[in-house]
Amino acid sequence: MFIVNYIKEVFGALKSLAVGLRRTMFYFTHHKEIITEQYPDNRATLKMSDRFKGEVVMPHDEKNEHRCTGCTACEVACPNGTIKIITKFEVNAEGKKKKAIDKFVYHLELCTMCNLCITACPSDAIKMAQTFEHSVFDRSHLTKVLNKPDSKIMEGVE
Amino acid sequence: MVEEIGTTADGDLIINVGPQHPATHGVLHLVITLNGETIKKVEPHLGYIHRSIEKMCESLSYRQFIYVTSRMDYLSSHINNHGCALLVEKAMQIEVPARAQAIRVLLDELTRIASHELWWGAMAMDLGAFTPFFHAFREREMINEIMEDTCGARLTMNYILPGGVLEDIHPDFVKKTKEFIALFKRKVDEYFELLTGNIIFQNRMKGVGILSAEDAISFGCSGPTLRGSGISCDVRKHYPYEIYSQLQFEEVLETGCDSLARYLVRLREMKQSIHIIEQLIDNIPEGDFQAKTKAVLKLPKGEFYQRVETARGEFGIYVVSEGGTTPYRIKFRSPGFSNLSALDHMARGSKIGDLVAMMGTLDLVIPDIDR
Ligand code: SF4
Ligand code: SF4
Repeated sequence: MFIVNYIKEVFGALKSLAVGLRRTMFYFTHHKEIITEQYPDNRATLKMSDRFKGEVVMPHDEKNEHRCTGCTACEVACPNGTIKIITKFEVNAEGKKKKAIDKFVYHLELCTMCNLCITACPSDAIKMAQTFEHSVFDRSHLTKVLNKPDSKIMEGVE
Repeated sequence: MVEEIGTTADGDLIINVGPQHPATHGVLHLVITLNGETIKKVEPHLGYIHRSIEKMCESLSYRQFIYVTSRMDYLSSHINNHGCALLVEKAMQIEVPARAQAIRVLLDELTRIASHELWWGAMAMDLGAFTPFFHAFREREMINEIMEDTCGARLTMNYILPGGVLEDIHPDFVKKTKEFIALFKRKVDEYFELLTGNIIFQNRMKGVGILSAEDAISFGCSGPTLRGSGISCDVRKHYPYEIYSQLQFEEVLETGCDSLARYLVRLREMKQSIHIIEQLIDNIPEGDFQAKTKAVLKLPKGEFYQRVETARGEFGIYVVSEGGTTPYRIKFRSPGFSNLSALDHMARGSKIGDLVAMMGTLDLVIPDIDR
């Protein structure tokens, strides 16, 4: 009796291995079922989803104008001090002094892509870009000024 | 504290597993006392990835503290976020629109499947089977893509705000999720075929890491670890939150009390998650995805507790509020911490080769244990 059970056990064990191996052989012969992204060879065609949170950017139009008023709502909303707004006073056409941004400093190395700044901004001045290759040789390259040099605030944005 | 190297007075060997060991999946440090090959004691040493998240939260507003919880149990980050948002909503009595609730639950269940899949692959790899890892990651990639479309991130979603969700679901969401379900139903059976019946796997799991129901309760285990010992503890059933009380699903229980039972609970749970998604995917209510909330959230004075069922067990958030804009004190109850505490009891008397299997079935995520 013992020997029968023993043989049964051995064959049962072999069968269990064969069941698993059958799966493996299936994929061995069905290449279409395998998906591997050939990164970085596919960089030209690789497109991230349009909501992907890659980094905070400030869109400028063709006249080099942005929509940021310097209200610092985003700076307050940010949980980890990623954004620093440096403001200055500008004299406008009517001779009135007006607050405007001098520099919108953004520390990419601190950003956690939580989207709170974008939700907080009352004038839609910033948005998320879909970039993802952020590695640089020196950490200082990650500190960015988002408003372009000599850019101005758009007409009519308060 | 034990001596971390050498031998004890009675000639037992002390060895260290981790903090950098491929089988601990993170910076877990175990000091093991061995008598020959038999384990006499396992002592986890924590602190390698402590970020003092609880203290940090005391200076963050009720919108900001949610994002930190994504960094605890990063595999159920969406469910952690969900718990925090629920707490704020409960305390401030914010009514969440039905659409937002359905979206949240859908993504919760997708997160649970993704987390269990990663666990399945990683655990098989710990035991020396490499193929399952690729199978699991192939399907998980589909979920990640759904997440990326809708939430904008693959791991740390930050998609939930108090009062609703950040944006409406992506136009492709329903289609892609349906595709995923149709495919995944076949794949779960494939998982069983590939690994569960395998004789080597069975021998390494059956009767290994016995955790009786009484012990599991006394160690404060929760989630699949406790359900593997036959105790019903699903927060979704016992303290239903969101729309779980209206959904049909079974709580998966196994009575084996061993590693195999915990393994089966998780595999079968994936099927239940699919069942939940199927009920919801065609019935997402129309309407707003976010309730109107005040610009500054202030919790009333008092103490609040909210629990949710993550992929690992019960995640609890306890907030003491002084009525201000930031919490006075915050405490997270993470499932991994309690589950880890049972490891010593499970491992005593078994062979060192089985330790990895036991650790695998506890599904430990170290940043969750050590926050
Ligand atoms: S995404 Fe979050 S962390 Fe990054 S700048 Fe905005 S608020 Fe700060
Ligand atoms: S980006 Fe928006 S929130 Fe931030 S300072 Fe400019 S206008 Fe204000």
